[in-house]
Amino acid sequence: MIDRKTVENVAKLARLGMSEEDVTTFQQQLSVILENIKILQDADVSGVSPTAHASRLTSVMRADVPQPSYPPEVLLANAPDQEDNSLKVNAVLEGE
Amino acid sequence: MTELYTLTIHEAADLLRQKKISSVELTKAHLNRIRAVEDKVKAFTLVTDDLALQQAQEADKRIASGADISPLTGIPIAIKDVICTKDILTTAGSRMLEHFKPPFNATIMEKLNAANIVMVGKTNMDEFAMGSSTENSAFFNTHNPWDLQRAPGGSSGGSAAAVAAGMAMGSYGSDTGGSIRQPASLCNLVGVKPTYGRVSRFGLIAFGSSLDQIGPFARNARDAALLLQAIAGKDSRDATSSPNPVPDYTASFTGSIKGMKLGVPQEYWVEGTQPEVIKIVRANIERLREMGAEIVDVSLPHTKYGVSAYYIIAPAEASANLARYDGVKYGYSYRETDDMWEAMEKTRQYGFGAEVKRRIMLGTYALSSGYYDAYYKQAEKVRSLITQDFEQAFAKVDALVSPASPTVAFKLGEISDPYQMYLQDVFTIPANLAGISGVSIPGGFSEGLPVGLQLLGPAFGEEVILRIADAFERETQYHTQWPHNL
Repeated sequence: MIDRKTVENVAKLARLGMSEEDVTTFQQQLSVILENIKILQDADVSGVSPTAHASRLTSVMRADVPQPSYPPEVLLANAPDQEDNSLKVNAVLEGE
Repeated sequence: MTELYTLTIHEAADLLRQKKISSVELTKAHLNRIRAVEDKVKAFTLVTDDLALQQAQEADKRIASGADISPLTGIPIAIKDVICTKDILTTAGSRMLEHFKPPFNATIMEKLNAANIVMVGKTNMDEFAMGSSTENSAFFNTHNPWDLQRAPGGSSGGSAAAVAAGMAMGSYGSDTGGSIRQPASLCNLVGVKPTYGRVSRFGLIAFGSSLDQIGPFARNARDAALLLQAIAGKDSRDATSSPNPVPDYTASFTGSIKGMKLGVPQEYWVEGTQPEVIKIVRANIERLREMGAEIVDVSLPHTKYGVSAYYIIAPAEASANLARYDGVKYGYSYRETDDMWEAMEKTRQYGFGAEVKRRIMLGTYALSSGYYDAYYKQAEKVRSLITQDFEQAFAKVDALVSPASPTVAFKLGEISDPYQMYLQDVFTIPANLAGISGVSIPGGFSEGLPVGLQLLGPAFGEEVILRIADAFERETQYHTQWPHNL
């Protein structure tokens, strides 16, 4: 069973806003899921190296040559807010 | 004359080439079918009828010109709404991307457009491809054409339902843990999960990048092979796409499986599988034996860890992939505050649905300090063991046979517990972890509901499993059945 504080901390790490009720729901649901997948700890993995991906390729490189890209107005077409061909965001630095 | 929407792709392609039908006629037949049944099935998030007719006219021109045409030229096809289509809404089934129009095409769309396909629409799905029933779509439920009270499976439920209902001749979906094979099983279709790297993921909205593959749905193995042929191959924009040459898939369709060795994984007879599903799959295995295959029992000893390893790895990757939805660059954005963090948190709170949040939470937890070794690293080691199980099995057999899903189609709303829903993918998940090829094919019916048979092949073994699928079809004819009550 994971506690409320852990749920709140993970939500903060994930930048996921959450109501008090959500915290309760996730605490219950995540506990059930983690309980069910606990069996993973029983696997004998001594001497086994981890697999990060299923691709059978390694170190795929290509020539470092510039390719044509898109004009800014195309890339900004889906932006929630913009100004002078830039994304407009809330102030990042605090203070004056 | 038979209704045009009931033709197979390869039949229609022959008729188009012989100029006995036009793509405009074929397309109109499908758009009419959409008009007739889509209200009941709800497979599409967007029907692109104007575009379809325009593409059909272009296809007809190309055919008339005598130019070299592809087997898919002029064929009406549906696309899962997680595949980017330039200037056409691509929602991933999420409020987050409800109004998103990609500035580019996915590589598979470039290939399909170059082949002059006709796109009839974008299909409904579980939000960001997370789910096994399509009930996690932010917009509406899709209904299984075989029984409208039931789910079509998921996450590619719309793509499956569209083809099963005759609204498209074929479709594309994505499979991260079974999202093509399980809905194919529940809708009586052939659904292919290609080998990881066989198909470019460029322009596929990312869920679990080490697991995701795009693949086709079709009403028979030959059509599935043609649909896979059209999208397979190396792409410089996806570094994980494979340079291995793409074989001519239908060239292997001899109709015979004599002398092939097929393995039955003993760990796949698990509790929770419906008895009728087990009975039908066992009967299918007997049928394969009668057709001349040698059937042997094999062991995949780490199968029992598959679901657990997957529900660490896939959410971990998802939590990283979905970090990009911050309300700044595109997608839904909470604007009622001047505070940067609050804007980001509320954007994600209101933009994502419950299952997506659950997976982000689970993944973030598994990757967080203090839990990383116990969960994520352990899961990646188990992934190695599962991969080795398959390698050892494929050293002895050509392919493996199992159920595709533990159940037939279940009722909408029937499975409310998230973990119970995860178990829908118990037979499909290991193939994604190992990156091998798999297909679900029509295996018969239980009280009128389809039961799928899963064939698993080694990496780049699509030729082998599609050949078995084709031979099995010729014997059984389950794939020719249509839903009765539409």
